[in-house]
Amino acid sequence: MSETETTIQMPDPTRLVVSNSPHIREGQSINKIMFTVVLAMLPACLAGIWFFGMAALNVLLLCTVSCVVIEEGWNKLMKRASTWKDGSAILTGILLGMNLNAGVPWWVCILGGILAIILGKQLFGGLGYNPFNPALVARVGLLIGLPEIMTTWNSTRAMGADVITTATPLGMAPGASEVKDMLIGNTGGCLGETSAVALLIGGAILIAFKLIKWQVPLAFIGSVFVITGIAHWINPSVYHSPVAHVLSGGLLLGAFFMATDMVTSPMTKKGAIIFGLGCGIMTSLIRLWGSYPEGVSFSILFMNALTPLIDRVTINKPFGFESPAKEEME
Amino acid sequence: MSDKPRKFKGGVHPNDSKALSATKPIQDAPLLETYKVIMHQNIGAPPELVVSKGDVVKKGELLAKATGFVSVPLHAPTSGTIKAIDKCPGPTGMAVPAIEITADGEDVWGSPFEPIADWTNTDPAELKQRVWDAGVVGMGGAGFPMHVKLSPPEGKKIDTLILNGAECEPYLTADHRLMLEQAEEVALGAAIVARILGLETAVIGVEDNKPDAIKMLEEVAGKYNVRVQGLPVNYPQGAEKQLIYAITGREVPIGKLPMDVSCVVQNVASAVAVADAVVKGLPSIERITTVTGKPVVNPGNWRFRIGTPIEKALELVGGVNEQPAKLLLGGPMMGIAQNSLGVTVMKNTSGILLIATDEVSLYTSEPCIRCGRCVEVCPMSILPATISQAVENKRFDWAEELNVLACIECGSCSYVCPSHRPLNQHFKRGKIEIQAQLRKKK
Repeated sequence: MSETETTIQMPDPTRLVVSNSPHIREGQSINKIMFTVVLAMLPACLAGIWFFGMAALNVLLLCTVSCVVIEEGWNKLMKRASTWKDGSAILTGILLGMNLNAGVPWWVCILGGILAIILGKQLFGGLGYNPFNPALVARVGLLIGLPEIMTTWNSTRAMGADVITTATPLGMAPGASEVKDMLIGNTGGCLGETSAVALLIGGAILIAFKLIKWQVPLAFIGSVFVITGIAHWINPSVYHSPVAHVLSGGLLLGAFFMATDMVTSPMTKKGAIIFGLGCGIMTSLIRLWGSYPEGVSFSILFMNALTPLIDRVTINKPFGFESPAKEEME
Repeated sequence: MSDKPRKFKGGVHPNDSKALSATKPIQDAPLLETYKVIMHQNIGAPPELVVSKGDVVKKGELLAKATGFVSVPLHAPTSGTIKAIDKCPGPTGMAVPAIEITADGEDVWGSPFEPIADWTNTDPAELKQRVWDAGVVGMGGAGFPMHVKLSPPEGKKIDTLILNGAECEPYLTADHRLMLEQAEEVALGAAIVARILGLETAVIGVEDNKPDAIKMLEEVAGKYNVRVQGLPVNYPQGAEKQLIYAITGREVPIGKLPMDVSCVVQNVASAVAVADAVVKGLPSIERITTVTGKPVVNPGNWRFRIGTPIEKALELVGGVNEQPAKLLLGGPMMGIAQNSLGVTVMKNTSGILLIATDEVSLYTSEPCIRCGRCVEVCPMSILPATISQAVENKRFDWAEELNVLACIECGSCSYVCPSHRPLNQHFKRGKIEIQAQLRKKK
């Protein structure tokens, strides 16, 4: 009877990977973050499609496709690896679409895509290096270059077939719009900015998945509410109510989806509060005393420019940090 | 009676995977035919050989003696013949000098010193000398000579001794089993170290995920006048600075040592090594190591002699079910990846860990999207994202200004980074470059 020997399988050392610690990862990725944000934008997009019809869907699709095609075209031209799968171009495309009126001509979408992807992102070195939110660069570029197209607003289906265009709530006289309409989105405006409820659902998704710093929307919306509230209290016949200010004019879209863009907003919580307050104050000033009825895009771009400075002055005190002066005294 | 521990800012919660080995009692590894004892097992100067090829040694006999204050002696893991003074793969991937011993199978004791039974009446200086003679080092990972930590320079008063039983690294359960099975030795070691430092008491910090160990320790705590402190489960709770903060609320200044805030921190396994050295007269030639990982057939906790090749340790656990992606010494957050099974167990080998291929992926580092997750989890509250970019651009001055030297290399930032950036690697590089420049200036 021969002795049975169980053979033990041992690791093959030639197939072991050697790399630096840590050796496990949480499993988060850029791609997952981007697609979760897209998911959070869906309610507002669906509301836009519901109120503005297939025209809204066409704008969203065309913007998204152009952003992806332009990004890949640029990558080819620059002999770089494909990047569309990271989801950032798709996100920019949808965001751009949400920032347009449902009735814009098709070429506006493509022009917007070029502005967003090339001017807003690639010229600075691509994802992670752009100082300004690409979708906003496109929106503001279009607003300045094509003011008539960009300030004509389709009416919603509930307004009846004979009404083709309308004004945004902030473009009307104070008190002319119903709060209920602003909540559900039955008002004129960019196709993704009108439904407050849908935007709040999306915002809740972003906060639940910890994809944004909640300090930004809170400080942004809070400061607009307070400042416009004071103005309204002083002169309600000239100034809109703070509720109208918060529920319309793209404030919720801006506060939850654009001011919170990771690349272009501060990294620390302290910085996020300053950034949000800055956006809120700028928006209020533009809306109350500026020549535009809406100031969300301009104020976010302005604060984007300040982000590096905010980051610099809000550096956390490292654990165990002693100021050099104190050390010398000892 | 425990005070509420303070929570440090940041930290991560990886899946701890301790269930693989947490219930496995410590087993004594059987005697091997050959041991390869790596010469330099401590931070500081390597010891100097006192044996040569062909010498016959007994278990516990001196192999190499300390060569200065920051150096410790090395002792034979078993009785036998010195077969060669050779090289062996070291934990950092380079071949290192090692003493190869062919065991005679008798395992005859030849300990160089006597037990000190009445340690409560022994001069602390004599106890400290024993700790040094026994070659005790920090067994939590760094391998810093124990007696050096117990010798605060003139003017530095120590008022708190903390024993580190946090074991916050995922997978590792060696300290957990030790506290559970040898609670009394842990407390005894703590009491001896406290006496050396001139203290009445010590605090043993244990993460709350080991309630059984906390209970065992509390049962013996009164007898040795030590206190057990439960700690919130948050990696890296077991990092020296975070542990001191949790228990005392003191922040060790950047670039300074625990003694600068009047604290001494020792790993629980080191405390047991002290107890063994003093009360039993045993030199430090053993350590408890967790051999674990998903690919391992039968994960467990083993008492290995120093010089045990990893290959033999893996045979004891039945080998592997599948080819692993990585072999680590230590835990998954801070362990060192190996490419050889010839590395041998050292005094600070807390774990031999195999990582399965489905637990790791080959990542391509993508651009930083400034999400700020690294900033949020950093236990030192520095800016990993920005420092990493500074190092990438060789702006070491900027990295230094952003306090890269405060980094404790816990890996939390890399763990959460959605762009899979090699942040920890950048910091290690940044620190090396800055320290090289500082040396040049001097």
